[in-house]
Amino acid sequence: MNTTTKPSGSGAQKMDVIVEAVTPLNDLVTRFDFKRANGEDFPTFSGGAHTVIEMQDGDRVRLNPYSLMSDPVQTASYSISVRRDDEGRGGSLFMHNHVKVGDRMRLSTPVNLFCLDLRAKKHIFVAGGIGITPFLGMIAQLERTQGRWELHYSGRSRALASYAEQLTRQHGSKVHIYFDDQSQTIDIDGLLSGQPLGSHLYVCGPAGMISWVLGRAADSAWPSDSVHSEEFLAPQSGEPFQVRLCQSDKTIEVGAHESLLEAIERAGVAAPYLCRGGACGQCETTVLEYDGEFQHRDHWLEDAEHASGKKIMPCVSRFVGKTLVLDR
Amino acid sequence: MSKFQFPESIKSRPVYGTLEPRGDVAYLLVADAEGAEAIYDLATAGAHVARNAHIIYLPNETGDKYTGMLQALNPAQLYIGPSYEAALSRIQRVLSNARMGLQVCLSGTEGLMGKALIEVSAAGIPHSAVQFEHSGSVARRMQCVHCKGITENVSTDPFVCSHCGLNLFVRDHYSRRLAAFQGVCIDAEDPGNVPDPVELYS
Ligand code: FES
Repeated sequence: MNTTTKPSGSGAQKMDVIVEAVTPLNDLVTRFDFKRANGEDFPTFSGGAHTVIEMQDGDRVRLNPYSLMSDPVQTASYSISVRRDDEGRGGSLFMHNHVKVGDRMRLSTPVNLFCLDLRAKKHIFVAGGIGITPFLGMIAQLERTQGRWELHYSGRSRALASYAEQLTRQHGSKVHIYFDDQSQTIDIDGLLSGQPLGSHLYVCGPAGMISWVLGRAADSAWPSDSVHSEEFLAPQSGEPFQVRLCQSDKTIEVGAHESLLEAIERAGVAAPYLCRGGACGQCETTVLEYDGEFQHRDHWLEDAEHASGKKIMPCVSRFVGKTLVLDR
Repeated sequence: MSKFQFPESIKSRPVYGTLEPRGDVAYLLVADAEGAEAIYDLATAGAHVARNAHIIYLPNETGDKYTGMLQALNPAQLYIGPSYEAALSRIQRVLSNARMGLQVCLSGTEGLMGKALIEVSAAGIPHSAVQFEHSGSVARRMQCVHCKGITENVSTDPFVCSHCGLNLFVRDHYSRRLAAFQGVCIDAEDPGNVPDPVELYS
């Protein structure tokens, strides 16, 4: 079996695309614009949606989610911004080092796990670093519908705060920028205490920032249903381990630098997924038998489910031990 | 006062808890009749509640039985009114001036809690963030699914729609949008064959 063909029936539908532009924004972030290979328009999407990009890296297929950052109704092209992660598993480095204008790639149709709550009287966005990207689409959407919003965006420095200048130019006083290297920080308590009833808060950025903001919001008695966050986890490397896939009657080896989901796909077994980052719940898999310890890393399962030994999210979680048998 | 335990029912049927103090933030407390006791217990459990609280209280048939108790809490603001309609514009004003973090606690009859929740939801507070405690009457606010008219304070099943006169069966199917349970014609197939009304939960 050709291990590079993606098993059918998993993930969102795919579209063939051509790289239209590659635009370095600063030392870390590059924007990629795509058009459809068949000349048609892309589907519209809602602000906050992401696409899963398929990279053909030698004989390895990499699938990474990125937020769509273009205007949701401009369907002639899609844009993503990729931050180079030198310590990561290589997807962002592949995008930075190998993808050129004219290349053919595949994108999934948009999936939104971080959408605006349109009942909100006001939308408050808090972004850190590359976490700005989903807000670009949301802002474009709200500008069209005259929605009320404000953005608080912190970046490492003026040079590394992608899109900060453009946002300030276009939206003026709705945009508040903070530079770490000038010791500027968001006055989160002041921000949370002054908002009109019916406001919703959205956070995207590094894990530490998200938990800080969510914690402050809870302490300020904000309803948890008025607070939204998105964090895509990248799968982490770990010790290789063996897995028995019961339905498919296969025993597979999960390599140190691949995820359990990737290993299942490599074996030619169709496994469901959407986000590949522990957020959507789509890949939830039943554990039939185990002898060892789980390394749960998802944001999906409840603590009790993690402890039960009955479920695993193969896109981000791993296992250490003797036996693991999955209902797959 | 012992609290009425509603028997388990379909998912649509609202369930109520016990009011609990949360942060040192603004509180909007809306109650009717015996619902005053829930406010008293809340303010006793959290010493910070009363000084942050705007209490809107409708004694209804309990008269001044509980009003002295609420005054003694010394809340930031206390309004005692003759009817929900009379209190409505005040509820709306408190909500429109409020900031995120406001805690809303509703207590008393289901009709009052449901109607106040309509305003609170319209102001943008998710219903999951609102606290409820039922006390007093178990009578229901019912919507006739045929003529859409609302009959307040229904305490028997079946009952007669106060608008169209149909004999209605009291369902546990609830609408948050209308703050009412659904009443469905009980003798549509066999007109006139209406069982004797029984007291709800008797
Ligand atoms: S694919 Fe979304 S949680 Fe695993």
